[in-house]
Amino acid sequence: MSLIIVNLLDGLVTGLLLFMLCSGLTLIFSMMGVLNFAHASFYMLGAYFAYQISTYLGFWVGLLVAPFVVGLAGALVERYGLRRVHKYGHVPELIFTFGLALLIEELVQFIWGKSQMAYEQPPALDFTAFAIAGNAFPAYKMFMIFIAMGIFLLLLYILTRTRIGMIIQAALSYPHTVQNLGHNVPLIFMGVFGVGTALAGLAGVIAGPALGTFPGMAFQLGSIVFVTIVIGGLGSLWGALFASLLIGWLQTFAASYNIRFADIFEFFGFTPPVDMANSALRDLWTLTVPQIGPILPYLLMVAVLVIRPQGLFGRRET
Amino acid sequence: MSVVSENASEATQSPLIVWSQILPWIMASVLLAALPFVFGSGSALTIMNQMAITIIFALAYNMLLGQGGMLSFGHAVYMGLGGFFCVHLMNMVEYDNLWLPLPFLPLFGGLFGLMFATIIGLFSTRRAGTVFAMISLGVGELIAASSIIVVAFFGGEEGVSGDRTMGPTALGIDFASQKEVYYLTAFWLVLSALAMFLFSRTPMGRIANAVRDNEERAEFLGYSQRYVRLISFCASGFFCGIAGGLFAINFEILTQENLDLTSSGIILLITFLGGVGFFIGPIIGAIVFTMLQTVLSLYTEIWQLYLGVLFLMTVMFFPAGLTGLLAMHSLPYRLGKFSLLLVPYAKMALPALVLVLSSASLLELLFHARHASVGENEMTLFGITFDSHALTPWIVLVVLLVGSFMIVKRQAPSLYDAWQSANHMEPRS
Repeated sequence: MSLIIVNLLDGLVTGLLLFMLCSGLTLIFSMMGVLNFAHASFYMLGAYFAYQISTYLGFWVGLLVAPFVVGLAGALVERYGLRRVHKYGHVPELIFTFGLALLIEELVQFIWGKSQMAYEQPPALDFTAFAIAGNAFPAYKMFMIFIAMGIFLLLLYILTRTRIGMIIQAALSYPHTVQNLGHNVPLIFMGVFGVGTALAGLAGVIAGPALGTFPGMAFQLGSIVFVTIVIGGLGSLWGALFASLLIGWLQTFAASYNIRFADIFEFFGFTPPVDMANSALRDLWTLTVPQIGPILPYLLMVAVLVIRPQGLFGRRET
Repeated sequence: MSVVSENASEATQSPLIVWSQILPWIMASVLLAALPFVFGSGSALTIMNQMAITIIFALAYNMLLGQGGMLSFGHAVYMGLGGFFCVHLMNMVEYDNLWLPLPFLPLFGGLFGLMFATIIGLFSTRRAGTVFAMISLGVGELIAASSIIVVAFFGGEEGVSGDRTMGPTALGIDFASQKEVYYLTAFWLVLSALAMFLFSRTPMGRIANAVRDNEERAEFLGYSQRYVRLISFCASGFFCGIAGGLFAINFEILTQENLDLTSSGIILLITFLGGVGFFIGPIIGAIVFTMLQTVLSLYTEIWQLYLGVLFLMTVMFFPAGLTGLLAMHSLPYRLGKFSLLLVPYAKMALPALVLVLSSASLLELLFHARHASVGENEMTLFGITFDSHALTPWIVLVVLLVGSFMIVKRQAPSLYDAWQSANHMEPRS
């Protein structure tokens, strides 16, 4: 029972972190119709910028400043890169963001090298928040949960309760009408792109110490992020939240229960092959649940697409 | 235009064989046959083999991207799976007395790729555009991740390896030498390129273009867009599998690297660099990329950074790729005004070259100053050895960079004017 609670909390951390990336990505997608392949690269930039700032001014300054720098970089990319490619159509836009992701990874390696950075959590949060039956839960993870929850509530408030949020929502559905009403729609687009990438950057700042700051971190998380928003339904914010939490819990639970597939097969009455070393199915028999953990999100995506192509919460067939 | 067919004398019937279309193929075949006599060394043959395989893969990829309008982020999977299957076949030839001459091996790789593409295509080709791209990414990652789990087929971390020389031989050819493998690869290259070219000329290939440009209109004409995309996807999977089979024959080993996102990204880069709108685009892209990769990686550690910059510049400024850049010049050429461009080009060439080289040198200098081991201050660029921590090389390079940039900027308007007038057709008086 206590293990379940710890796993629930761990999965919540992963899920909320995923959601910080997915929310920005979904907003950008429903606005411009372009999936920003480089979104996870901004997450990586957030971690690296925060690390660089923290070496001079400490963790807390990095936490405050790095997301702004990332957001600024994102806005510049939208203004001088994406807007330029926009006239060629969606596929070149997607290719542009893919190239950007490659370039950012190379740039990060160029500046900081290939090895992992010594970016660590602040000493003030380096203690055990509480323990459940011997399983310690670090305070830093609590901090991550609070930050992510806070950001989510703030985003929800701004989007649904403020004037700016109304204009953004209107610009998502009817950009031309909003433009005719006298709002600067390209500026709104640039702003949303900047805020979306800043959110990704913030996720990087708080995930860097927990998951490691290295050049592969963007691609490692990036494909999971895309899978998540496809499962949730492209363009649906609630779908993104649901799918993020689902995948967070799926991965955490799969990693902590060491169930062998052989046991499951034997439970259903199958007998193991006599000549195990030469059997074509030997991998099925030696497989364990933690081993298939990493591919579960992809399997889920394929299943969702076959059964419900618009995603779990998507309204139209995308 | 000379015509061979007897029936072609009737004006309504289009000629069966057009020499101007066949000639490039004959020339390419002769060139491929002659190349080993010019570049006969082992490393040159290896590079040419790699080039040929990349060309087939890129052409197959362009069947989707260029002709069908489908952007795939997981296409290395179909080539990789075909390759893995071929290595297993090679091992069955060696150990289980399977009778299969090596020259036919790529065909089976192709069939395996086709089978797999059919399975995946059944649900992934429902929609084009972003959704297709995301599904292809997910499926690609799924298979790349399972390759570590399914050890029986993928061989885990170390991959699977085989020996190509163990099969039945004919005429004393056992494919032990690099040259024999080259001719086999070249044969399959011409065969598959021709098949893909002919496919693009069939009504099916034309309808694929129609679906790419306007799927709704194609649907109203009575063609199922989904079915058309599925056919293109399967055909592409088949040719990817052939490329995989050739890869297996050449390198005799396949690992997880053949399946992952990096390989899929590289083939997109190659195809886009060459130009997606032209049949010959991927061929040019594959040749240029393999050359760049071979040459740059010899001289610099940060060659991938240069490739990334080149790719992004191509997407932003020349979305039609290198071939598109060449094709832009056909109009001035046909108008007979190509000579107008020669002088502005010549004026631009030197400053542009200095601009590119000095920015690359600055990057190299920065990289060396940051990452070279402590105490190692000497570096060599273009045959000049200097201290990377001293101020002089920085000043020289910055001056060169700024200076050449100013000259390029000043030359740009005259080049633009020349381009405009070279493309302008005066009304006949």
